[in-house]
Amino acid sequence: MTMYAAGVDAGSTQTKGIIFDDQMRIVGRGLVDTGANTTKASERAFQAAVRGAGIDPGDVKYTVGTGYGRYKITFGDTQITEITCHAKGAHFIFPKTRTVVDIGGQDTKGIRVGQDGEVADFVMNDKCAAGTGRFLGVAAQVLELSLDDLGPISLKAQRPVDISSTCTVFAETEILSYLAQKKKLEDILMGMHKAIAARTVSLLQRVGMNEELTFTGGVSRNAGMVVALQEAFEMPLNVSEESQYIGAIGAAIFALERAAVAA
Amino acid sequence: MTITAGIDLGTSSTKAVLVNERREILGKSIRRTGSNLELAAEKTYQQALAQAGITAGDVDYVASTGFGRSTVPFRDIQMTDLTAHGQGARVLFPGTRSVMDIGAQSTRAMRIEPTGQVKLLRMNDKCAAGAGTFLVRVAKYLELTVEDIGALALKSTQPQMISSVCAVLAESEIINHVTAGKQLEDILKGAMLSIASRAQALLKRIGLEQEVTLTGGIGLNAGMLQALEESMKQKINYHAELGAYTGALGAAILAQVRLRRLRGGADVERTSALAAAA
Repeated sequence: MTMYAAGVDAGSTQTKGIIFDDQMRIVGRGLVDTGANTTKASERAFQAAVRGAGIDPGDVKYTVGTGYGRYKITFGDTQITEITCHAKGAHFIFPKTRTVVDIGGQDTKGIRVGQDGEVADFVMNDKCAAGTGRFLGVAAQVLELSLDDLGPISLKAQRPVDISSTCTVFAETEILSYLAQKKKLEDILMGMHKAIAARTVSLLQRVGMNEELTFTGGVSRNAGMVVALQEAFEMPLNVSEESQYIGAIGAAIFALERAAVAA
Repeated sequence: MTITAGIDLGTSSTKAVLVNERREILGKSIRRTGSNLELAAEKTYQQALAQAGITAGDVDYVASTGFGRSTVPFRDIQMTDLTAHGQGARVLFPGTRSVMDIGAQSTRAMRIEPTGQVKLLRMNDKCAAGAGTFLVRVAKYLELTVEDIGALALKSTQPQMISSVCAVLAESEIINHVTAGKQLEDILKGAMLSIASRAQALLKRIGLEQEVTLTGGIGLNAGMLQALEESMKQKINYHAELGAYTGALGAAILAQVRLRRLRGGADVERTSALAAAA
């Protein structure tokens, strides 16, 4: 009988669930907004992944929780930090990964990864919204756009504006003043993406940037951010279709390993 | 009578004060700065003049200060906010040695000489945490007006602490407190204590010396003043009537000093005063 294992990544903004079979194949995915109740969101993400896999929750032999809300996942067998899981997940998808850039809803991490997907070192900003996905969320709100529109619009930019404020609150004022000056939306947006990219580079410099670089986290779905980061890093970036699931993928691989040991 | 004016063009509000040579306040006015700085300066000045029952022609010297000081078209001289606030704080509370100026977009801690001259300064204008804007956002989040939150926070019995340093990330914490059914006054007080702790950290770096005077409009918020006093475990001077005008008052008084010095010689015409100021 096939054995299944699950990874659940309870992030600040979204919660992700992944089911692996014992052939190391992803057979189910779940994605829900975290909202106020992390426990419930985790259950829903897990259930969605189980449904996607077409299996029974009882078929899942081992579940690993990760992400900032991992201790609120009540049904998991164990918890592993999101840093360890992101490194593992990035290594699984791009085996040559040596550096992971993870930009999430409320924090940004830089992880140096060893040959086997283990964490060699990491840096993190979770103290300040500048340089995180939250900055984009604030901008989307000010500009009355959906988060998904930001990237595609920003790619049309020809003369990106210069956002000089570090603080997200002050950057919001700066965006408003650019709007008042009738700057083009795409130029404002690309200016913001560049500002985040600059913050990310200065964070990553503290951990070292070695090829290959893999970009993970919800913000990696933003094509404008990918372009801005590539320019700032002066290096190509690996971005997977699964990039927002990478933490959950890493967790599911750990779950599979532990289920195998237990079996 | 020698009349001087101080215009303090701040990021959020513009203040004007008119004084005579005996430092008596003849007129004062405050209004939102908005996007047209020149207009804000002009209107605030006119309001103060109207209150004093005089015209611009009766004013001997105008000093501007604040972030928009160089855009005040009718200024004779401009000075930094530090100089103006140091002087203003000393005039309001002669025992002042430390000044805490919490503005909309920046927070400053200063040590001043008995003369009002600034000895040491630390400021934060890079991050909204600890600045007045943070409080405005909190109010907006809780669907309250800025005027209401001060009195409401005074009712707090169990302040809900905020652990985030960042004003944006703090909002998530506030939402969590609201979702958890915490009282509004307790959430507000927690936000104010968080601003207070940032201001306190700044004051520590200049080496606190008694007495401490708070300047800027934020002191009108009784809850905020209480949060600062609780956080610092000491009395803080705040002039309820003139606290928001501290910068403008300091500028107006320094304009008197300047004018006296200019007139110290023989007959110095206002035109040469202008030349000196330029």
